[in-house]
Amino acid sequence: MTYEKVNELNLKDTELRLGLPGTEQAKEEQEVSCVRSNKRQLQSDNEEESTPPTKTQIVGWPPVRSYRKNNNSVSYVKVSMDGAPYLRKIDLKTYKNYPELLKALENMFKFTIGEYSEREGYKGSGVIPTYEDKDGDWMLVGDVPWDMFSSSCKRLRIMKGSDALALDSAL
Amino acid sequence: MGASSTLLMVSHGHCLLCLLFSVVRFIYIKTFNSFDSFRIKSLPSLPSLSLSPSLVLMDRRFPFKVLEHIFSFVDSNEDRNSVSLVCKSWFETERRTRKRVFVGNCYAVSPLKVARRFPKMRSLTLKGKPHFADYNLVPDGWGGYAWPWIEAMAARRPFLEEIRLKRMVVTDECLEKIAASFRDFKTLVLTSCEGFSTDGIAAIASTCRKLRDLELRECIVDDLGGDWLSYFPETSTSLVSLDFSCLDSEVKLSDLERLLSRSPNLKSLKLNRSVTLDVLESLLRRAPQLVELGTGSFSDELDPEEIAKLTKALSELKQLKSLSGLWDLLPEYIPLLYSLCPRLTSLNLSYATVQMPDLIDLLSRCSKLQKLWVMDLIEDKGLKTVALCCKELRELRVFPSGADLDETDVTLTEQGLVSVSEGCPKLESVLYFCVQFTNAALVSIAKNRPNFRCFRLCVMEPFAPDYRTQQPLDEGFKAIVERCKDLRRLSVSGLLTDKAFEYIGVHAKKLRMLSIAFAGDSDLMLHHLLSGCQSLKKLEIRDCPFGDTALLENAAKLETMRSLWMSSCFVSFGACKQLSQKMPRLNVEVIDEHPPKTRPDSSPVERIYIYRTVAGPRLDTPEFVWTIHKSPEVGVSRLSIR
Repeated sequence: MTYEKVNELNLKDTELRLGLPGTEQAKEEQEVSCVRSNKRQLQSDNEEESTPPTKTQIVGWPPVRSYRKNNNSVSYVKVSMDGAPYLRKIDLKTYKNYPELLKALENMFKFTIGEYSEREGYKGSGVIPTYEDKDGDWMLVGDVPWDMFSSSCKRLRIMKGSDALALDSAL
Repeated sequence: MGASSTLLMVSHGHCLLCLLFSVVRFIYIKTFNSFDSFRIKSLPSLPSLSLSPSLVLMDRRFPFKVLEHIFSFVDSNEDRNSVSLVCKSWFETERRTRKRVFVGNCYAVSPLKVARRFPKMRSLTLKGKPHFADYNLVPDGWGGYAWPWIEAMAARRPFLEEIRLKRMVVTDECLEKIAASFRDFKTLVLTSCEGFSTDGIAAIASTCRKLRDLELRECIVDDLGGDWLSYFPETSTSLVSLDFSCLDSEVKLSDLERLLSRSPNLKSLKLNRSVTLDVLESLLRRAPQLVELGTGSFSDELDPEEIAKLTKALSELKQLKSLSGLWDLLPEYIPLLYSLCPRLTSLNLSYATVQMPDLIDLLSRCSKLQKLWVMDLIEDKGLKTVALCCKELRELRVFPSGADLDETDVTLTEQGLVSVSEGCPKLESVLYFCVQFTNAALVSIAKNRPNFRCFRLCVMEPFAPDYRTQQPLDEGFKAIVERCKDLRRLSVSGLLTDKAFEYIGVHAKKLRMLSIAFAGDSDLMLHHLLSGCQSLKKLEIRDCPFGDTALLENAAKLETMRSLWMSSCFVSFGACKQLSQKMPRLNVEVIDEHPPKTRPDSSPVERIYIYRTVAGPRLDTPEFVWTIHKSPEVGVSRLSIR
């Protein structure tokens, strides 16, 4: 990782990292055991460089056998819909793909969703399903492959009304 | 002297006398030192017992039959290893009578040597990859191939009955060879293995007519479908245990039903997740004698009649002591298990995403429980119930559920473990995942439970200090090693300085295995461990800032250990070379997936794996593994026959 001097600030000094201060080199060693995830984001990608490797990105940590990790992990996510007075919880594991999930959401909240296209998002209904992923970013449901979505989705928000219209036109 | 000893030889009392001498000598050897079979190359001279010449003479003419009879009472491999070091005749007798052979590192000795040494071998247990392979720290293709062993045994030991492999690469070829070569084959247990498909399992099922145990524990199997189950012989089988819980695909219900009906000796059955709840009743009806049951998925919708039938079928399992599986267990089905609870000694809920109130409901009825595996969904409150109700508990494992701790209300803290350590007097083995911990809790736990043999604490936040005092967890772990004098296995975590390892080095006299991650300040940490810890056999370290000096200073220690793993540490290439040259009977493996273009001595290596061996450098290393050559000019060799 190279650090430039930006506005006379050495970015390395202000970098957030795990570990005791002064243990400089050890962290370089740690890079080797870190894995970075690639994902398309709505925001810029520059930020990713200086964010510290979170524990979910360190290879083999926590030390749980991947056999167990794959079989497990509670995957209940809260689903909220703009304008609806209640939150629902769903288990993402019970769905195998996007159409199944969207159908279930439609039934749950009694709405119909427009057709999804990669370029234009959900056109037509004024209802846009979004989700918050592990890194706290809000993404459009359907953008990433299903497996990636189901393992990184923390909560769902179905946008409606004026918010949705604004987002619709922006996309 | 000669005449009287001859007389003694003949008399009846001789046997008793010799037995006494043997026992005395044996006990002396056992307490004198802890050898193990690695040292056989250099038989030590007899320890300085003051033996009169006549006794030594007597020993040489000691009838083989008598020795053999005495050794038949010596079970454990450690004891047998000690016995084999006393003298040549004891070595010979022991090797000719050993039935169960254990090799902790498949590269420590050649298969041929083992096959030749133990002609009466009936059971072989092998371990392959380093333990950290479980956490993806060992790249695929590193090694641990079962084939050379299977091949060697097939050629020389056709009466082999049991094979147990852990963390090894097992191919269909291996399984077919086993099926074809060992006429009386009874037991196959594969733990964390990979490389085979369901075709290989079918070969075992169809050909091994005396098969008793077929257990696939957490293996990665190329699952080509559930047909393999139909390959068991049509006539009644001798099956005692069957575990296919790690397979994905569905087996045919009729195959399974028929198999159960014709396996009257079946005591342990572990189904896979795709066996649905609605068929469980029909299976249990055909195997009411089960002692261990691993269910499939526990979440289908059942109508009231089905529920009633299943409840009845479960209550008919009068011998059942162990329950596992329970994937996706729904809270409304917990009452179905009530009838089993009072008899259960082992319960694995680690795949059941059930919340705390339901867990309490279940566990409060399990008064005989000795082993409990559960997720952190049990929370402190649930563990308090365990402390109150499960007084026979010996082993507890609490796994992380991955539940987002900000969102949900999963509160599992150090308090949970403190409660259990207070309430369960027989608790001796713990694996505990927790977000943070305190020294005070560790001290309490150590005071409550000095009988720990295995203590593995994983504070999931790397470098997390005591969250109340912000101090390192040194003092807490000090209490653990000071008080738990029988501690055999320890995993440490959280913020730890060199001091923690000084304590461990000094106090953990019986410690055999130690796992460390993100800890320590300097080389001193490793030095404390290698110069202390008398009984240390396996050390695995990741992401700690030290290496060279301590390694080189304590090189001799490494030959008394099975293995040392260090990854993302501070070990230089030069130190690896020096170590390898210094210690001829160590294999020093450098594992580098991203090797630099040039390798100056100061360059760090990604991972090293050092293990003692009498077999020399192995010949099956992949591209990214180098065994450092003993000869300084060569530097690094990559010996390969593939």
